[in-house]
Amino acid sequence: MAKVLMTTVAAVALMVGQAQGPAQAQEKLKVGVITTLSGPAAVLGQQLRNGLQLSLKHSDGKWGGREVQLIVEDDELKPDVAVSKAKALIDRDKVDFVVGPIFSNILVAIMKPVTDGGAFLISPNAGTSNFAGKDCNANFFVTSYQNDQNHEVMGKYAQDAGLKKVFLMAPNYPAGKDSIAGFKRYYKGELADEVYVPLGQLDYSAELSKIAASGADAVFVFLPGGMGVNFVKQFRQAGLADKVKFLSAFTVDESTLPAQKEAALGFFGGANWAPNLDNPQNKKFVADYEKEYSGAIPATYAFQAYDAGLLIDGALKATGGKTDNKDALRAALAKAPFTSLRGAFKFGSNHYPIQDFYQVKVVQVGDKFATSIDKKVFTNYTDPYAKDCPMK
Amino acid sequence: MSLSLLLVQTLNGLQFGVLLFLIAAGLTLVFGVMDFINLAHGVQYMLGAYLAVMFYALTGNFLIALVLALAAALVFGLLLEFLVFRHLYERDHLEQVIATLGIILFLNQGVKVVWGAAPLNLPIPDMLSGTIVLMPGILYPVWRLVIIGSGLGVGLILYLLVTQTRVGMLVRAGATNARIVSALGVDIRRLFMIVFGFGTMLAAFAGVMIAPILSVEPGMGDTVLILAFVVIVIGGIGSMRGAFIAALLIGLVDTLGRSFAIDILRLVMPPSPARTVGPAIASMLIYVLMALVLYFRPAGLFPVRGR
Repeated sequence: MAKVLMTTVAAVALMVGQAQGPAQAQEKLKVGVITTLSGPAAVLGQQLRNGLQLSLKHSDGKWGGREVQLIVEDDELKPDVAVSKAKALIDRDKVDFVVGPIFSNILVAIMKPVTDGGAFLISPNAGTSNFAGKDCNANFFVTSYQNDQNHEVMGKYAQDAGLKKVFLMAPNYPAGKDSIAGFKRYYKGELADEVYVPLGQLDYSAELSKIAASGADAVFVFLPGGMGVNFVKQFRQAGLADKVKFLSAFTVDESTLPAQKEAALGFFGGANWAPNLDNPQNKKFVADYEKEYSGAIPATYAFQAYDAGLLIDGALKATGGKTDNKDALRAALAKAPFTSLRGAFKFGSNHYPIQDFYQVKVVQVGDKFATSIDKKVFTNYTDPYAKDCPMK
Repeated sequence: MSLSLLLVQTLNGLQFGVLLFLIAAGLTLVFGVMDFINLAHGVQYMLGAYLAVMFYALTGNFLIALVLALAAALVFGLLLEFLVFRHLYERDHLEQVIATLGIILFLNQGVKVVWGAAPLNLPIPDMLSGTIVLMPGILYPVWRLVIIGSGLGVGLILYLLVTQTRVGMLVRAGATNARIVSALGVDIRRLFMIVFGFGTMLAAFAGVMIAPILSVEPGMGDTVLILAFVVIVIGGIGSMRGAFIAALLIGLVDTLGRSFAIDILRLVMPPSPARTVGPAIASMLIYVLMALVLYFRPAGLFPVRGR
């Protein structure tokens, strides 16, 4: 009997406590993070997490004046795992925002659970074409780019530089095909060849011999992660670096350069940012990131996550820290009320960025390696799918 | 498809084959002699590469790093044998697979904890880092020739060890029938330990030699492991000669397939479908080869007698 009584008392106390909840001063803002923290791609996911954490630290642990609780989940690069973790963030933790993911296949998987669950999804990296175009979503914002754009930058550069014959190579999966299509949207010259390799290929000796024999004056490759590390080293070892211009997307950046080192010097990539982009805010970000995370130079993943933090902070400041009025919060987010590390930034009607793109080049900074801005290729560039988006 | 390109691609295939041989040799030894399925062979290859990177950072000398890495890999391999594998010899294959899969997961995560998730780099020794002119206009990296040379060297040493020494004789006898060897008074446990340690070192050696070409990263051994199993199945389990021939065969078929599949298909179909079908067929080729070999010779090309 006493037990039953105790339980009843406890239950009543709990109910009273809950009822008092909203009346108290603003509770903590819960932000879920879905990123890849295991497997070979973990280094990208760590950059995302670190960038977001640094953003929070720079605003003293508060966004829009509210204390923030980050709930970080590892998607293991598996869409089914990501979906169940996203649902847990929505149903169990009742988060207002989800920041993530790195990979496009994960994005496609978590889109519905997160946005249908009433949270805002902010992608600091993946930006697929369907969500930029006909499937665009009012509660989805992208602080990175549309996936095609970095490849388009290289295509435009190759066209403008008057390159005669380009050898294209990408992994044999949807993003690889998109990459080549993006490049060819702007490059109209001759193609030496167009090669699709199995995803995760390690040794490129056969392809390198083909490049050497093809007489191409440039290669364009999209080989993310370890694939790019291997290819860049082998490209240099094969003695091609002096003869063939190296154009790439997601192949030479600060996440792979610690392993590529000298081998990647002078190689080109397409990007929306580089660590040496000249503005005081960015300088502070890069310096603090290096200090905080044992000397690692941030890559685009980290900076885009940092911007995602700034975006949430700016929007919440506009709504006075309130998240219950979704329409007001959405309107505040769409105005992009923050100063991006990349400088000029605004959202298009599809909530994808309108921004500048650069050709970047690998340089040595002290004993480390980083990308550096070489040339602006696009100014205030809108992705090609925005016109298909029904949102206005 | 010029003749010089064909020659270079053949050389590439040879180099890939030699690398596969280095990995498969240890695997076939352990599998053949001890009847033990060691899925952890791939992570031992990875560990060799990681250790070399670490010792290179400490000493700055590739040769010293190589020797230290091999020694450390040997110690680690024997430790694993003592802690885990020893208790599994009598168990059936399924339990061995599960236990060694556990080691894969453990070590893949372990290297990430110790060295981080970012890929690492091992530079080529300066004097071997250049390229040589094979034919006018065709350069070839010296290091790849070094890999071919060292692989052939290891093959020769293994051949001499297996055919000319007493331990080699016991290994051959063990591969045919381990129980009888044991009944004849040979300390089979010690033989197993020697074989296992040697297999570990071969895997680590392959890891160190390939590290300057590939990125050293968690999970780098997993893809290689599958190919190594294909090699020993084609070659005949337990047969060193079989592993050698099969590794070269797979290296050549895979490389030449990848380079020329599209060109060959273009002869019989329009270019656009050829471009789609070519890479798909090229990545299937070695498995088709395995299926064919198994159909005509179920025990592999060079079956060990008495099995």
